[in-house]
Amino acid sequence: MSDPRLLVTTSPFLKDSASTAWIMWHVSLSLAPVVLVATWFFGGSVPLVILAAIAGAVVPEGIQTILRRNARQPQAPPLRDGSAFLTGLLLALTLPPGIPLWMAFLGGLVSVVLGKTVFGGIGSNVFNPALVGRAFLQAAFPATMTSWLPVAEAGSRAQVPATLFTTPLLAADVDAISAATPLSQATFGQPTPEFADLLFGAVPGSLGETGALVILLAGLYLAVRGIVNWRIPLSILATVWLVGSGLHLLDPAGYPGGMFHLTAGGLMLGAWFMASDPVTSPMTQAGCWVFGALIGVLVVVIRVFGGLPEGVMYAILFANAATPLINRFTQPRTFGTRFKPGFTR
Amino acid sequence: MSPAASEPATTVFSRGLWKDNPVFVQVLGMCPVLAVTNTVMNSLVMGLATSFVLVASAIIVSLSRRVIPKQVRIASYILIIATFVTMADYIIQAVSLEIHRALGAFISLIVVNCIILGRAEAFSSRNPVFRSVMDAVGMGAGFTVAIVALGTIRELLGSGTWMGLPVFGPSFEPWVVMVLPGGAFFVLGLLLLLVNLIGVEK
Repeated sequence: MSDPRLLVTTSPFLKDSASTAWIMWHVSLSLAPVVLVATWFFGGSVPLVILAAIAGAVVPEGIQTILRRNARQPQAPPLRDGSAFLTGLLLALTLPPGIPLWMAFLGGLVSVVLGKTVFGGIGSNVFNPALVGRAFLQAAFPATMTSWLPVAEAGSRAQVPATLFTTPLLAADVDAISAATPLSQATFGQPTPEFADLLFGAVPGSLGETGALVILLAGLYLAVRGIVNWRIPLSILATVWLVGSGLHLLDPAGYPGGMFHLTAGGLMLGAWFMASDPVTSPMTQAGCWVFGALIGVLVVVIRVFGGLPEGVMYAILFANAATPLINRFTQPRTFGTRFKPGFTR
Repeated sequence: MSPAASEPATTVFSRGLWKDNPVFVQVLGMCPVLAVTNTVMNSLVMGLATSFVLVASAIIVSLSRRVIPKQVRIASYILIIATFVTMADYIIQAVSLEIHRALGAFISLIVVNCIILGRAEAFSSRNPVFRSVMDAVGMGAGFTVAIVALGTIRELLGSGTWMGLPVFGPSFEPWVVMVLPGGAFFVLGLLLLLVNLIGVEK
């Protein structure tokens, strides 16, 4: 390279020392406590499901890496940046603990192939890849995806449910092991669990969505390190609390309170680790607030008025689709010009 | 894109099957391709009905190509196509009421299938009867092969059957999404990807 003072180039001029790979592995590492909590509550099936989903996500990325190397394309090898690993890990954390391993693998495959590669790889995807994979599994296997394991009793943690090893393409006998999540209990008017259980994770649910406190701490750490834009999770959580509490005030018997909404279901995981994905969230700071508020309102609306007990996944995917529009309307005024871009042009 | 008159009839026929496949290359007629391919049987009947309308209207359009005034040609083609669609509609209803119900409005909607009007406008109206028929048969075969391929994948994964025969045994876990409209988009997109990959290799 020539003398950098003589280099004539366009923005960006400010560069962070953190590479994509460093960020991806860092986020993956910060999820380790969440994985440990999940293993504590749901037993031996947790690591297996996580491994299967990661394998499903990494295999197509690896094939892509090899194809690119053969085609002598100049891009950096996509496998090493850890984004496929993180996608698989995040997908696994949204799956029910008793899911057959072949379905978790398929979900990882769909996440990376249909969620990322078809759009042009990392940085070009419209939707969060992990949630694309989960949405596919939810649409393909609705019964299995809503069968939740009860929280493991002491002594049964080493056991792995037999449903995990279902032959590929065959159905799992999930009815035998199913339990109700706090959100489905709320939807169908059953008593909901204690706040402390929701906070620490001793409730049925997806692998990584039950321990609200641990996810909150991991997310706060990422926000402090500047990896996650704190405006998005804060905006989501504040909106959910406001809308949830408002409905609760209107009819305390009919609607659960704001704190229940914050700690139940996949909200914490979605807010800190999915919505904050830098590729699929808005670029402007004002846009992040709008983005978060949109997700927050949609989450409560789907949970309270919709047919599904949980709405975090669809809320985030919907807001992902709105991101280009939000970017456009929240663009700051260019220095030296008079009008804000957006509505005209 | 008027084809050269010297082109042999076999080329006219095979163009529809692969090089100018109406579904995979021209990406025309997406409405039936996405809507009725949830089972192989529905796809096959839709493919055959469309091929019948294609061939029959190609004959009439080609025969009357010097009679129809240029200004009213589209309306005339639609009238000719609609005649054969009505016939196809009644034939399917007479043969199998069940399939007629499954296909629903999509049989009548063959009228507006742009493959048929496109071939009438681009080929039959400028070519003699034999070549028009070869073109229509090729296009019809290409369309049928494409939607049966789509129907095969969707029925195998969505119901675990092929033409109603169980393939994966009784404890198969159906991929519900495959019989829903979303599955049609997934499968069509992946097939287009595959066809393009093979096309690039050539």
